[in-house]
Amino acid sequence: MQIKPILAAMRHHKAGALLVGFQIALTLAIICNALFIIQARIARVERPSGVDESRVFVIENNWADKSSYQTIGAQIGADLIALRQLGSVEDASSTNSFPLHGAGWDNYVKMRPDQIHMTTDSSVYLSDDHTLNALGVTLIAGRNFTANEVQAAQLEEGKSWPVIIISKDLAKLLFPGGDAVGKTIYVTNTNTPSTVIGVTDTLQSHMMDGDSGSFAYNAILVPVRQLSSYVYYVVRARPGQLAAAMRDAPKALFAQSRMRIIDPKDGVMSFAQVRAKAYERDYGMAILMGIVSAVLLAITAAGIVGLTSFWVGQRRRQIGIRRALGATRTDILSYFLTENMMIGVCGVVVGTLLAIGINLWMVTRFAMAHLSITYVLTAAIILLLLGQGAVLAPALRASRVPPVEATRPV
Amino acid sequence: MSMLAYYFGLGWRSLRRNPVLTALMVMAIAFGVAASMITWSVFRVVSGNPIPWKSSQLYNVQIDNRGPQYDNAGHEPPEALNYTDAMALLQAHKAPHQTLLYDVALSVMPEGAHDLPINALGYATNADFFTMFDVPFEYGAPWATSDDDAHAAVAIISDDLNQKLFGGANSVGRNVTLDMRTYRIVGVTAHWDPKPRYYDVFNGMTFADRPPQLYVGFNRAIDLHIATSGRNNCGGAPFHADSPEQWLHRECAWIPFWVELPNEAMKKSYESFITAYSAEQQRAGRFQWAPNVRLRNVTEWLDFEKVVPPESRISLFVSVGFFVICLVNTIGLLLAKFMRRSAEIGVRRALGATRREVYAQFLIEAGAVGLVGGVLGLVITIIGMQGVGLLFDQDIAQLAHVDLSLLLTTLTVSILATVVASFYPTWRAAQVQPAWQLKSN
Repeated sequence: MQIKPILAAMRHHKAGALLVGFQIALTLAIICNALFIIQARIARVERPSGVDESRVFVIENNWADKSSYQTIGAQIGADLIALRQLGSVEDASSTNSFPLHGAGWDNYVKMRPDQIHMTTDSSVYLSDDHTLNALGVTLIAGRNFTANEVQAAQLEEGKSWPVIIISKDLAKLLFPGGDAVGKTIYVTNTNTPSTVIGVTDTLQSHMMDGDSGSFAYNAILVPVRQLSSYVYYVVRARPGQLAAAMRDAPKALFAQSRMRIIDPKDGVMSFAQVRAKAYERDYGMAILMGIVSAVLLAITAAGIVGLTSFWVGQRRRQIGIRRALGATRTDILSYFLTENMMIGVCGVVVGTLLAIGINLWMVTRFAMAHLSITYVLTAAIILLLLGQGAVLAPALRASRVPPVEATRPV
Repeated sequence: MSMLAYYFGLGWRSLRRNPVLTALMVMAIAFGVAASMITWSVFRVVSGNPIPWKSSQLYNVQIDNRGPQYDNAGHEPPEALNYTDAMALLQAHKAPHQTLLYDVALSVMPEGAHDLPINALGYATNADFFTMFDVPFEYGAPWATSDDDAHAAVAIISDDLNQKLFGGANSVGRNVTLDMRTYRIVGVTAHWDPKPRYYDVFNGMTFADRPPQLYVGFNRAIDLHIATSGRNNCGGAPFHADSPEQWLHRECAWIPFWVELPNEAMKKSYESFITAYSAEQQRAGRFQWAPNVRLRNVTEWLDFEKVVPPESRISLFVSVGFFVICLVNTIGLLLAKFMRRSAEIGVRRALGATRREVYAQFLIEAGAVGLVGGVLGLVITIIGMQGVGLLFDQDIAQLAHVDLSLLLTTLTVSILATVVASFYPTWRAAQVQPAWQLKSN
């Protein structure tokens, strides 16, 4: 290999070589962090909610007249019957919140009444005997609530919840030894225990913040029909009937009573919409990082093409001399490719250090995870290939410089 | 002046001579500056000071009413007060102005019998709210302190709600039916929507997508048992209650409390007042812990609550990094471009042009590249802003907008950055020895 002459030639355009190397280093540092962010966000978005998402939708219902909670309780009962009677609806239930909703109620979970610090934190879904079927969540142990276990109450009246159903992940966390069914835990901040009567398959909490990550799959279902100023109806359509059910349901509710408020814009949301809204920041971040990486690679490639073309232009005479002295086209081509590879490798080494530095700073600043070496390697290979690709056109042009160029004045 | 025109002419000819290189530079600058400006436009709204003229005089009050076992990270008290403490501070009246609030969602009955009721979000608060936060009025004025004392059924509605209910006419003195009860309208606010909504970060309304639509008297709302539609954070404290009275006095945090303290001395004395109040609660046996209180002004409060989403910071950093790479790229391309003209520089120098004139010529040329890049960047920024909704929360995306200052910043940044990037290539160009260039030809 002709490394020595390349080094000697590079000494004549130090600045250019440094600039290309520096640009490769910076690009590497940015894109492997960007790739890493994209991967983290996609992993977050792809988490299952446990809900039968393709068939479930949610109605946010506010009451116009909140003066009597008895009336509200009766109205919720009538609404649910009306919803369940619809041909397009499989089941319906009332609740205060649902997975991915963001807003809702979470409560401390304790194993003993005298415990000062919580064992963990969990979403509390005020549910009824239809909730599991309406969400499309199955029980993996124990039994469902019965209709007479469901009590209508204001939230503040929840002095004791004798029976509860908990999610699989919460059960595993509280009872690592195994069977949670029949055990008692404390979830009302009082001395009254609640007995676990069932365990659901995967069920996500309503909490979407990054810092509640460790509680993301903790959920408790409590058989309470909440009497408050609003209610959410979780409705599961029959297979293939989601659109029809979403059209029929609000009509059925308004036929029951007009003294309600269902926002025309987002009062009725399919679970796909709920999911899109819950993860809009993550999608946005992934898209932005994708655009930035793509444009960045394009600009770096363009920069390499530009600078190499300039070098080729400047050295036409020298290339001609080499050709006249017996160098083949392949020699010239490989000269420029090797030169670029050398600059590229230096850039990649510096870039790797920079990438790790940026990542360490982001770890402390934004509580991000540590960059895995796969991303650095992937980005390094992408950049080296990109450099070779970018240099190819000008290098081919250089290889076509005829030997006669040696005799021409510049 | 004529020299300037001459340089422009030279620059223009040179830019046209190798259009590919020129286009590359312009594109790099345009994309770099546009990415930075789009993320900056979002960042400036989320990190802005919503009330700069007063932010150091408005203080959020925190009192620890739950004790060390329920403390947030860093021994922090809850982010809002409970009813007991809020009322005690209000009645003590140790600050010239003080306000308290909680979120309400009330049904509004329309006048027409065929219209469906609508939902309106707003606050239950007191008279000082409007003067402390400088709420502008289209009609009428805030209710009087005496209305607060009399538990009067008064309401203030937003211009938007006034438009919906009364077609925008002066509705002061008319009645409005909220949650089936009648209130007398005393004022209509002009458009008012400070972002971030510093006074209600507690309820996550920091970047709420629409301004508050109504305000009702705090005391009246409590009398009517209107529940908060916002957070009611009990931590590990019991949340059940047997009576409305007991419900009010639970140790749950749900009432943000603000005081206006015009100077440092008043701040100090208010701090000692709330400390003394907590000590008194400890003596009375209600608190089993030493006073743990906080008094934070608007900017301190927004910092503490970390209102700037990490996404916004990360994307700003990445965009700036992106811009730096574009500039490094530009340095390389300018170097190539300028050095290709060594011969021309040699001739000009030999004919008597000074180094200074060579500097001027090339800096102007770079400035022109920056200007064109900036204009293109502006176009990309404007197009990109339409897509901001894809990248950030809808609530936040709606706030980002193109205005004159963003346009000027875009142009200035791109011209300045390009000129700075051209320092090294220009310096190299000016070093060209006339004799060498002439000789080699």
